[in-house]
Amino acid sequence: MTFDRYARRKLLSHSIAVLTGLCVLAVLYPLASIVYEAFLQGGGVLFQAGSLTSVQPPPCSTLSCKTVGIGPAVQGTLIVVGLAAGISVPVGVLAAIFASEYRARGLGRAISFTADVLTGVPSILMGAFIYGYFVLYDPQIALSFYTGALALSALMIPIVVRTTEEALRVVPNSVREAAMALGISKWKATLRIVLVASLPGVATGVLLAVMRAAGEAAPLLFTLGYSTLWLQGLDHPGANLPLLIFLGALSGYPNLVKLAWGATLFLLILILIVNVISRFAIHRMRVRMGGA
Amino acid sequence: MDVPTLSPSSSKPAEAPKDSPRSIPVHRWPDRLFFGLVAALGLSVIGLAAAIVAILVYGSRYSFQAFGFSFLWGTVWSPTSTPPIFGVVPFVVGTVVTSAIALLIAFPLALGSAIFLTTNAPRWLRGPAGTAVELLAAIPSVIYGLWGIYIVHPYMATTVEPALKRYLGFTGLFDGTPLGIDVFTASVVLAIMIVPTICAISRDTLAAVPQSQKEAALSLGATDWETTRVAMIPYARSGIIGGTMLGLGRALGETMAVTMLIGNIDKVPTSLLSQGQTIASLIANELLNNNGPLQESAVLEAGLILLVIALLVNVVARLLVWRVLSVGGGGAVE
Repeated sequence: MTFDRYARRKLLSHSIAVLTGLCVLAVLYPLASIVYEAFLQGGGVLFQAGSLTSVQPPPCSTLSCKTVGIGPAVQGTLIVVGLAAGISVPVGVLAAIFASEYRARGLGRAISFTADVLTGVPSILMGAFIYGYFVLYDPQIALSFYTGALALSALMIPIVVRTTEEALRVVPNSVREAAMALGISKWKATLRIVLVASLPGVATGVLLAVMRAAGEAAPLLFTLGYSTLWLQGLDHPGANLPLLIFLGALSGYPNLVKLAWGATLFLLILILIVNVISRFAIHRMRVRMGGA
Repeated sequence: MDVPTLSPSSSKPAEAPKDSPRSIPVHRWPDRLFFGLVAALGLSVIGLAAAIVAILVYGSRYSFQAFGFSFLWGTVWSPTSTPPIFGVVPFVVGTVVTSAIALLIAFPLALGSAIFLTTNAPRWLRGPAGTAVELLAAIPSVIYGLWGIYIVHPYMATTVEPALKRYLGFTGLFDGTPLGIDVFTASVVLAIMIVPTICAISRDTLAAVPQSQKEAALSLGATDWETTRVAMIPYARSGIIGGTMLGLGRALGETMAVTMLIGNIDKVPTSLLSQGQTIASLIANELLNNNGPLQESAVLEAGLILLVIALLVNVVARLLVWRVLSVGGGGAVE
């Protein structure tokens, strides 16, 4: 009788193990489907001659439509994300240094908590607040690479702060003490010894922030705007990949939808590469710091 | 290094030794400059948060002057009537309903996956499967939207929604024509997007349960599931709740996929198969294309409300997660 009950409990345990396995399959199915569809529908667009060197074709609905041309969108995304990284990386890294390397009473904690909460602010509000400011201040450049970069850097700064802080925390205190014992000044010790030691972690955080920004469409809707042309100047609206996907998908024109899948495939491949690199960097850093 | 007191050119030889180690005076000003720089940038993070609040508050002044607090319970959003009327209720309802359904779908899947990845999965599978779940979190919202329109939407319209209508139609939740572009489809895609957030944090907190806790249950003859249920889930509870709230925070502010799938109609949704609008999709649709400063201001005020909701959810979530992961548990003590 007791055996019977035990068998029943065992059975329950095994069925739940199977059930949780099915959960994972259900969760991973969309990933497989997205990657499959991106290759199926976007492969032809992306791996076609001239896909990265020509502009978006005009909308058309016959079968002989042109489907090449994500060049300006790649260029625009590179520029706006590059500008945003140029702002957010120095600001974020130095702010993280203040929060973790200087014992400024509760201020350091307040900054990391604020950064943590800011990573939870909906990205569209980062765009809305930049738009709100520039419409008041200078409506002429409300839609430009400048405002786009500002919105993206508002999104990136909290991520860079948090990941840099975590990377700095992994550096053992003995490294700082060794620097102090040699009489090196604090700023040199921080920038040239502690920061360098944590560089793989910092680089990983920056890469993740960059990838996040490269795929963000919401804050760009009313900051960078959209264009189908090559760069017209930093004070002009510009082409970018996420809004190409958004507008292409909603346009309903077969060739623009195809183009959106091509852009999707491009972003997915980038994301995959960056994830592999960052995993490798984290692993190497763990090894170097002795599993700390 | 020179000893300052012996140098005849030094103007104040007596003061140097008072200041602790020798090399410090030489570096003092660069150190101060560096401190000033990092302190200013550190404070700029707090300044960024303040600026977001300040600009949204300032931007919503026209709307606040025109409608006051009736904006909060107004159910009509009509930019084209004379005078225009703006009430935020349709979008608050849209946001809360889509996020709640997404959470209902995502939570069991995410918790199940987290349990599988920490207890049931063979060791060689844990790393790759965990990585794959995290990759889901890295896919941009707009890609989920594209996939939602061309893959999920037809399937919803032809298969899932008619079935739901047939079997659950009596509840009244599925009234209307199953179009596939509606509150329900938006919620399902939203659920897929927040699973990785909930799963990753639940998995981390479950993995942080001490081995002794599990061994105690196993030594009493508990099966794997009983160990999970009795020894692990209670211990990791606040982390799991915190992770779920972070997922909720993400769902509340998710924009592109929802904008592409919800239908974008400025009305309170009457069923899960009707079109609607969330606060985020309202901002995406109407901040740039509007009928003048009053509507723009009303959209920014809706944004302010979204900010308040998202901040509340996030602060509570962070506090819960921080407590578990930094203090090293304690969930079991309560």
